[in-house]
Amino acid sequence: MRKILLRLRVNGAHHEVAVRPSATVLDVVRDTLHLTGTKRGCDMGTCGCCTVLVDGRARLGCLTLAAEVEGCEVRTIESLREGEQLHPLQSAFAECGAAQCGFCTPGFLMTCSALLSRTPTPTPEQVKDAISGNLCRCTGYTKMYEAIDRAAAQMRTEPAREPELSSREAVSGGSR
Amino acid sequence: MPPRPRRPRPLSVVGTSPPRLEGAAKVAGTARYVDDLEFPGLLLGRTIRSTVPRGELLGWSMGRRPRGLHVVSAADIPGRNAIALLEPDQPCLVRREIRHAAEPVLLLAHEDRDALASVAVELRERPRKAQLDVRASRSFCKEILIEKGNLSRGFARADRIVEGEYTTGHQEQLYVETQGVIAVPEKDGVTIYGSLQCPYYVQKALVELLSLPPERVRIIQVETGGGFGGKEEYPSMIAGHAALLALKSGRPVKLVYDRSEDMLATTKRHPSIVRHKTGVRRDGSLTAMQIDVLLDAGAYVTLSPVVLSRGVLHAAGPYRCEDVQILGRAAMTNTPPNGAFRGFGAPQTQFAVEVHMERIAEALGIDPLELRRRNALRPGDTTATGQRLGADCSALPCLESAVRRSRFVARRRAIEKHNAKARVSGGPLRGIGLALFFHGSGFTGAGEVKLASRAALELTPTGARILVASTEIGQGTRTILSQIVAEELGWPLSRIEVADPDTREVPDSGPTVASRTCMIVGEILRRCAQSLKRALGRMTPRQYLAKNGPLVVTEQYDRPKSMHWDDVHYRGDAYGAYGYGCDVIELEIDPVTAEVRPAEVTAVQDIGRAIHPVLAAGQIEGGTAQGIAFALAEEVVMRDGRMANAQLTNYAVPTPLDTPPMQVEILEFPYGHGPFGAKGVGEMPIDGPSPAVVNALRHAGLDIRDIPAVPERIAGLVDSMRGAAT
Repeated sequence: MRKILLRLRVNGAHHEVAVRPSATVLDVVRDTLHLTGTKRGCDMGTCGCCTVLVDGRARLGCLTLAAEVEGCEVRTIESLREGEQLHPLQSAFAECGAAQCGFCTPGFLMTCSALLSRTPTPTPEQVKDAISGNLCRCTGYTKMYEAIDRAAAQMRTEPAREPELSSREAVSGGSR
Repeated sequence: MPPRPRRPRPLSVVGTSPPRLEGAAKVAGTARYVDDLEFPGLLLGRTIRSTVPRGELLGWSMGRRPRGLHVVSAADIPGRNAIALLEPDQPCLVRREIRHAAEPVLLLAHEDRDALASVAVELRERPRKAQLDVRASRSFCKEILIEKGNLSRGFARADRIVEGEYTTGHQEQLYVETQGVIAVPEKDGVTIYGSLQCPYYVQKALVELLSLPPERVRIIQVETGGGFGGKEEYPSMIAGHAALLALKSGRPVKLVYDRSEDMLATTKRHPSIVRHKTGVRRDGSLTAMQIDVLLDAGAYVTLSPVVLSRGVLHAAGPYRCEDVQILGRAAMTNTPPNGAFRGFGAPQTQFAVEVHMERIAEALGIDPLELRRRNALRPGDTTATGQRLGADCSALPCLESAVRRSRFVARRRAIEKHNAKARVSGGPLRGIGLALFFHGSGFTGAGEVKLASRAALELTPTGARILVASTEIGQGTRTILSQIVAEELGWPLSRIEVADPDTREVPDSGPTVASRTCMIVGEILRRCAQSLKRALGRMTPRQYLAKNGPLVVTEQYDRPKSMHWDDVHYRGDAYGAYGYGCDVIELEIDPVTAEVRPAEVTAVQDIGRAIHPVLAAGQIEGGTAQGIAFALAEEVVMRDGRMANAQLTNYAVPTPLDTPPMQVEILEFPYGHGPFGAKGVGEMPIDGPSPAVVNALRHAGLDIRDIPAVPERIAGLVDSMRGAAT
């Protein structure tokens, strides 16, 4: 099968990958780069498990062609913490019980990090709207709202960690 | 006065909410699920499935075969071609007879995903007339009759007789991680890495299928992205398939379903038809309950007899009545087999009884709240099987607390005023409804005695290591079991480790189902901790190990002496303990789209003791969201015995936008034989929301008796109601 050569920047590192022209960002990060923190939940843009950041914006990895993100900065869940230091969202999700089975968690965290970098003090409606493209079957979402509030409060008291992320909003590439 | 919750002694670990033990890995993205695992020489598997709901397989043909393709058919099965569970009726691969669409026929494996997908297989099937109507089916895999008192005496004492029929549809578990396993061929057997709830169920099935001794079939549960019952029995099927491919090819095989295949082929909640005929006196007291329960089992038995059992045992709801008859039947149809889903029959039958209670109140012209107060089970009352309830029977406290917290009476009055105006103006209608429910923890009747579960604790230099086959599937098994052990030993949580569920390492602590992990396995572990403490005396673990060598303490399930069950007549103590709950749901109906928007939910549940209050509340919130969607949104559309909407675009599970704020209150009426008083919590939360929703719709003026009440159905009712009003 014909393959194309792409130059991608993922989590700050440069990669040259040979992939099918139809390969998605999800295919590349999971299968080629072995960054398996990004999950495949439906492969058709309905669950949000594969959410990654493309130039600071939350995108569905399964609906975004890898060829589209050449020249962009792609960030996956693996880059959210700094070394062993969890991102405030990650700590808050762990502490508040916002992660149960954990399979949807990376997608939610990436969506929320895009939200909070753009909107440090989101209203409950903004939070709900931002995560409306992500599905969780375990929690009923209640504990997520608590966790997002807690992380937002903590981030406001700390200097911003990711100034390089041009922060724009929510999910593109189709959400339900 | 109802008994007050009592607190036996101050606790330091139980009752606190530390972060879940594997939480850091989950939020960091480093937790490894099946599809994240790699093995050298790994092949990918694919399943070829029947296209007709009933018929005969005459043969198959295959287009171009890529080099390195491996094919497995029923002829390759070394042992018995059956998934060993309750009955050996379900084949692992179709040999000749096809009983449902999407039944597995052939297995393929190849190292390249594209090459694998390119293989064209044509099945030659001779269709036969399929039975797709459960009401018309005369083939029953199980019948259960429960009789208490004398039904005709009960009806004779009644002032009124109220009848009703209530139905529920399929529901898909929709764990966010689809079913998946990896089978690795070993020198003399096979190892399975899987997303699953019950390692020893899978082992039992593979021993039969592969004709291998148990010690050569090793099952390891890896991080599992949700189960809700869907990974109770089905993993035996998919693990069987991967194992057959691995043994034939001599290479590791990964079989992970895509979402659509998962929805088409795997088990769902049993659809139900429940009929009630109830005798009541003018004051609202129940004199007779005659209940007929019919479940659609689908094409094979799977767990249907036990789902039916739990269904009938909860069919009378948490109500007192001396003259009761409950007849349950599970009928076979040519649809994919239904199986375990959180609640396991109880959500279906309690939907019926709780909606029926509302109709009884209506028929008598009394307040439905008063009707429930009058009839709710109290300590000392007996259930339909004659089980006498102890001091932990908390139906009334749950009801009163939910009514108080939700300001039910005031809200109901305010809504009625609002609706009187809305009916004229065409604005959104509102409704508030409640449901009272209960849920038995653990296996039914003598089930726990038969399981005879074992759990073990191993002394480590720094503390203790838990050895159980009970799996973490998101509900918090690792954390709460560690808390129980730490509490009993008087150690901090950090000194407790948990072994991975691996049949080579851990004893069979039974399946992770039936709200039994905390109450049953937790109690066995608490007793292990007690024995360990005794063995240690005043020594530290290090001192003990230096002096005496390794120490593993094993304990087995111990039946409470007062518990008795007669499985022939369905009499006696059906469950060791019951949790109780009351949900109040307020909702609004969009006048244009007929969408129902739950606005506020109050869930009060007695779980004996919250080992970890945050995780317990998480179970209640998640189960409640699933229960609301069961009533309003999750519709499995079956066409010719095949799910027509097998994808997330048109099978609607609740998103954040669909899920209302929830107010959860946990009550603690301790159970003497549960660890620190704990009962089960996993399943009960899904019993209450669907009747509470439908009762709220009734309050808004809509007569719904069948769920899911999707907007298409609501719209017709709203239109006809407005027509009647103008």
